Amino acid sequence: MKRATLITLLAIFLVLAAWETICRVLSIPDFILPTPLRIVTVAVVQADLLLPHAAVTAVEVLAGILMSLMVAVPLSIAMFAHPAAENAIAPFLVASQAVPVFAVAPLLVIWLGYGMASKVLMAAVIIFFPITVNLLEGLKGCDQEFRVLFRLMGAGFWQTLRLLYWPWALPHFFAGLKVGVSVATIGAVIGEWVGAQQGLGYLMIQANARLKVDVVFAAILWLSAMGLSLWVFVGFLEKRVITWK
Amino acid sequence: MLTVSNLSKHFGDLAVFENFSLHLAPNGFTALVGPSGCGKSTLFNVLTGVVAKDSGSVSLQGREVPHLGTTSAYMHQKDLLLPWFTLMDNALLPSKIAGENPAQSILKARALFKRLGLEGFEDYRPGEISGGMRQRCALVRTLMFERELVLLDEPLSALDAITRASLQSLLLLLQVEFKKTILMITHDIEEALMLADEILVLSGRPMRVLDQICPGGTKPRRFDDPRLIEIKLYVLNLLQGELVQ
Repeated sequence: MKRATLITLLAIFLVLAAWETICRVLSIPDFILPTPLRIVTVAVVQADLLLPHAAVTAVEVLAGILMSLMVAVPLSIAMFAHPAAENAIAPFLVASQAVPVFAVAPLLVIWLGYGMASKVLMAAVIIFFPITVNLLEGLKGCDQEFRVLFRLMGAGFWQTLRLLYWPWALPHFFAGLKVGVSVATIGAVIGEWVGAQQGLGYLMIQANARLKVDVVFAAILWLSAMGLSLWVFVGFLEKRVITWK
Repeated sequence: MLTVSNLSKHFGDLAVFENFSLHLAPNGFTALVGPSGCGKSTLFNVLTGVVAKDSGSVSLQGREVPHLGTTSAYMHQKDLLLPWFTLMDNALLPSKIAGENPAQSILKARALFKRLGLEGFEDYRPGEISGGMRQRCALVRTLMFERELVLLDEPLSALDAITRASLQSLLLLLQVEFKKTILMITHDIEEALMLADEILVLSGRPMRVLDQICPGGTKPRRFDDPRLIEIKLYVLNLLQGELVQ
């Protein structure tokens, strides 16, 4: 095992051990702050309760990622190809992130209903920004000398995009995607808090109202696992795609 | 082959060159030697249309053109190989962009790989081979352009002395075996004396031709030829005079 991994595991272990010890020594009740062991036990033992809700949230997150990709990639390319489009779209891009998601969530629920659509859109709104910005910067960062070479070879915009700009921007794209997937659950969960009938966010609200704090933490644990898995998967995909680095 | 008449370029108040003229004979090898920053690369940029000229005319094979654009092949001091492609894919870029028959292009590229000593390295990536081999691959790509006029912008300057010496003879192949007309920028007087039929010694800004030298004799010339040493000292004196001014 690598030294860096060992240090990470050791740090996690020390934090959890300190948490467990404090809870036990101070006899903090489970409805205030459950111990890490209690949380893991609930997450595993009550998996049949948690997993169906986790599956709903996972579908919302994955659909959000897909939707954000469908918007972010063409939008970045359009802004790259036409600087006037960037000038026109940039204020809306920034505004979409400046407005707190909590302020938008109730509106989306009113417009799109209590079903999955409003949660997918919430997730997509959060994810698309880092992907768009990173991809655009990657496309713009292409060396002038390579652009001149392609121009002198007589390449058109779409040929240059396919052969030069897109591969050039791929590391930036994956950097944006990594940020996007790691915050993807936030949008979906906030959407579920505001109005839903299933999902981990819905379960957390229900459990919180009944002082089942251990279930709330177990839901958070599943959400963290979801975010981490997505992050690891994108990292794996990045290594498979960007083989020249 | 190429006639440039009264070409002028200014950047604001800075005159890079004014009424600059040159003529390249078909299948000739002309070297431009001048102090650093005198405007040699700007001349290439104007000739290829990357930068707009202020005035003057460019004629290719007796026909006036706004610039050379895609009618000339171009080789930069950096190899400009795309790291995500194999050497073969890099070499095939010009024909791929031109939409030429892939099977025929591969056959032609294979022959060039063999001729330039790169046989067996077709499937390597640029990051896996030496700088000299990368520059040889860039030369293959230049030859794949199928254009009679070749512009070389300090093509060997980024290489170490030993690799450069081995590649200089390959540059001669462009002229002797592939019947190209070559215009080369170099800051290496010995390289110009070894390879060129005609050397234009250039002044500082505004760039003008200080002298036109035809070394004569059989190429590649030997550095220890007393006549060449004499010409080299003469050119050095001219350029040092420019630096003092």
